[in-house]
Amino acid sequence: MASRIYADRKIVIITTFLVIGFIYLIRLFYIQVIDRSYTLSANNNVLRYVTQFPARGLIYDRNGKLLVYNEAVYDLMVIPRQVKDVDTAEICRLLGITAEGYHERMKKARDYSPMLASAFEKQISKETYGYIEEKLYRFRGFFVQPRTLRKYPMSIGAHLLGYIGEVTPVQVGKSDYYKQGDYIGISGIERAYEKELRGIKGLKIRMVDVFNRDVGSFENGRYDTSAVMGGDLYTGIDADLQQYGEKLMANKRGSIVAIDPATGEILCFLSSPGYDPNLLVGRVRGKNYGILNNDPIKPLLNRAIMGQYPPGSTFKMANDMVGLQMGVITKNTRYSCQGPGSSPIKCTHNHVSPLDVYMAIQQSCNPFHWQVFRAIMSDPNYENTKQRYDVWRKHLMSMGFGRKLNTDLAFELKGNLPPSEVFDKIYGVGRWNAMTIRSLSIGQGEVLTTPLQLVNYASMVANRGFFYPPHVVRSVGNEKNKTNFGNQKNVASINVEYIDIVIQGMREVFEGSHGTARAYKIDSLSMAGKTGTAQTSSGKDNSNFIAFAPVETPKIAICVIVEEAGFGSRWAAPIASLMIEKYLFHTVKRKEIEENMINANLLNN
Amino acid sequence: MKEQKGIFRHIDRTLILLYLALVLIGWVNIYAAVYNDEHASIFDLSQSYGKQMLWIVTSLILGLMVILTDAKFFNAFAYPIYGGTILLLVVVLFAGKEIAGSKSWFQIGGFALQPAEFAKFATTLALAHYLSALDFDSRKRKSQIIPLFILALPAVLILLQNDTGSAIVYASLALVLYRQGMPGSILLLGVAVAILSIMALLFNPYIVIAVIGVLLLGFAFFMRRNMRNVLTLAGIFVVASMFVQSVNYAFENILEFHQKTRINVLLGKQIDLKGAGYNVNQSKIAIGSGGFWGKGFLNGTQTKFNFVPEQSTDFIFCTVGEEWGFVGSTAVILLFLALIVRIILMAERQRSDFSRIYGYGVASILFFHFFVNIGMTIGLMPVIGIPLPFFSYGGSSLWAFTILLFIFIKQDSNRLQLV
Repeated sequence: MASRIYADRKIVIITTFLVIGFIYLIRLFYIQVIDRSYTLSANNNVLRYVTQFPARGLIYDRNGKLLVYNEAVYDLMVIPRQVKDVDTAEICRLLGITAEGYHERMKKARDYSPMLASAFEKQISKETYGYIEEKLYRFRGFFVQPRTLRKYPMSIGAHLLGYIGEVTPVQVGKSDYYKQGDYIGISGIERAYEKELRGIKGLKIRMVDVFNRDVGSFENGRYDTSAVMGGDLYTGIDADLQQYGEKLMANKRGSIVAIDPATGEILCFLSSPGYDPNLLVGRVRGKNYGILNNDPIKPLLNRAIMGQYPPGSTFKMANDMVGLQMGVITKNTRYSCQGPGSSPIKCTHNHVSPLDVYMAIQQSCNPFHWQVFRAIMSDPNYENTKQRYDVWRKHLMSMGFGRKLNTDLAFELKGNLPPSEVFDKIYGVGRWNAMTIRSLSIGQGEVLTTPLQLVNYASMVANRGFFYPPHVVRSVGNEKNKTNFGNQKNVASINVEYIDIVIQGMREVFEGSHGTARAYKIDSLSMAGKTGTAQTSSGKDNSNFIAFAPVETPKIAICVIVEEAGFGSRWAAPIASLMIEKYLFHTVKRKEIEENMINANLLNN
Repeated sequence: MKEQKGIFRHIDRTLILLYLALVLIGWVNIYAAVYNDEHASIFDLSQSYGKQMLWIVTSLILGLMVILTDAKFFNAFAYPIYGGTILLLVVVLFAGKEIAGSKSWFQIGGFALQPAEFAKFATTLALAHYLSALDFDSRKRKSQIIPLFILALPAVLILLQNDTGSAIVYASLALVLYRQGMPGSILLLGVAVAILSIMALLFNPYIVIAVIGVLLLGFAFFMRRNMRNVLTLAGIFVVASMFVQSVNYAFENILEFHQKTRINVLLGKQIDLKGAGYNVNQSKIAIGSGGFWGKGFLNGTQTKFNFVPEQSTDFIFCTVGEEWGFVGSTAVILLFLALIVRIILMAERQRSDFSRIYGYGVASILFFHFFVNIGMTIGLMPVIGIPLPFFSYGGSSLWAFTILLFIFIKQDSNRLQLV
């Protein structure tokens, strides 16, 4: 047995094994008995993992005014298994809850997990926190976690800013970031920029003694991470203009959206009736949400992007531009208001006839635009109505109708501009023509637009043929970090010369002797606009208006819709005009008009 | 009946008792690690602890079957058993199921089988068979190469399954070679290379070189300072420094990014949230918070809050440390050492080379698992995912370790027979 000579090697091997085992025992003795940070925990005191919630990013308007900031509040947390010998009556008294309330909360916490922290009472004010903090050492198993709440100093822009709320279990399941009780943006730009706003959570490991007193950080904070605040948002909103708009729209249903055509930045975005965004914050959110949600005039509905309205006469220039582009009319083409050709759409106004496109826009002549539409729908360059309709629709979509504009606001709807197949289905293939769908020529019938689409269309005209997606946020984190909407130039399929023709017509809406908005022209400012009085299914007309100014170098494009209020020239036009004045001159001189608008209550029309 | 009695008479009771103690303590700790109020019974088959009970019962049956097998069978069939497991290791690469990044499992109905676990005793058998053969001559080149090949083959196949931890286990069988007469310097060299490589990757190479220099100066202080010793130490310093530098160079310049990441994570150097560094921190917190007496059964908060991942498998020792404290940890470590030392002492009393070599193989493998697994949980070893024998939750590992041990028990009970 040759190997016997190596038998003493067993000593080497056994010694090595024992030495390593001994080293392990020393190491265990060190971390389990000697190291102080561990021995504290050894007395059955639990390390407390306190999440450091980052403050959400702030939101500024275009002039650096604060639209949203954060306020500190405190959540009282509980770890049910650690609750021992607690004076429940004292807690109830401090929090102002009943004994039943206490047990209910405790049961909920235990159901979630007996060993994990859950919120016992959320969003305790600073004052109450002061009282509780003093006595906290007597409430074993309870501790306080700071959080932040959103605050809206000017109480404006509810639909635009949106709100935040607790994450749903589904959202928790889908993400590594969110834990039960975390907050997430639910609507508006709070939702769209959730990732940028939320920041990065931190974690602090604290040690507590048997009396639930904080006795310092664990291993000198070696494993601690601090929270990183979310990025700030710099929006293109003009807070003063937004506030003014909300004032003008008080007691009216509808929407105002204004854009800076040069960039696509939204200056003002409101849906009326609105609500104070501070209502949907913190402990009162649930209750107030219920009230708002059940209100029959639907204050929660974001009409600016979800309201789909018939554009009415504001749509007429779009039709004219397509006609000019396709060459079926020229700037000199005149149509008569009366006679067999104009039937079945008759003129409601008293004016010279026949008239050209300039006069037709100025006076919003229905028969003229019907004739233009009929000319388009009988363009000899195409074989049939379906083809002509498809071309017409393609031009309109290039102006932003019938599609989403890829704005940064959640839940944008795309209006309605039906493809020809829809008419094939309704009337049968080849069995429909210009006459069948004549309402489209004056912005009625199937066509529906959101206020955002209408203002975008005004902006496209103001730019003479292009637009950037309308958007709220221009930079994230710091002012130099621009959002990328500036790279998304959309070009309409209409030549500049034709757009100039309709702009001339829209100017005369303000300046012409028969212009429908001539009463609201601002001295020393060149303006272009168009009224619309849109029939609705309720039988009452919506008052619509789009405009932009100054005509030469447009600074603002605007759309105003006042639901069931009557003529466009009666409500929407003056409101739009006041808004333009406010934005460009900062003060409004026409006090009488202003007062009339602010004081009018059109809710019960 | 008489023969039956004969079979059991020479069974080593101490080893059986140590085995049973470890398995039962392991089971209780698995229960504590994954305990939840709704399934409070330790026999609840929907929970890991209930299933572990099934593994324990089946392991005992397997152990009994091994005892009832003729002792000569394992020597005679060492190669077929080895060949069979190698085949399984190849097949699993193609037909296996991927769990946690390793393609090393066969899914059979409701449970998964890991052939790598069984390859451990198969390889030990083959190695013992080869080294104990009558025509074995350690001076021949062939006799030096073939044992290494026997070890390398399963290791490479397991590496291909992406299970680095299980592959490294085979290195521990070098101890068997050492006991059989391989020069100790080779073993030392191997250990030195491993330690230097890890140090070079963990720390700044210049610091490592400086530490080597200080250590060698220390040696020089105690040694006789003649020319020969000084030159030797200088030579060792130069070679070690160059080695450290080249490991560092190879790591930085030759490896791909993802390979670097894997090594960094393996060494606990790179912390991704669910990665190695996090586990070790949490594991140390759990064990360290146990204190001298421990927090008591089912009172461990760290393990129960799920701060320690894999707490019922690779990190089962955390529960021992947290709930049973220094006292309990010491008991478990002493049990393991007693088991392993007992195996070595028993191996030395064998008359057959095969049994002795196999015994050393068992001791080496068990010790390596003990060394790496517990070292990892207390932050002394890099995170290498291998189970703690008899302790960690899992059917494959418990079965395989049981067979590994019981083959040796059987060989030992047969030691008085003629060979």
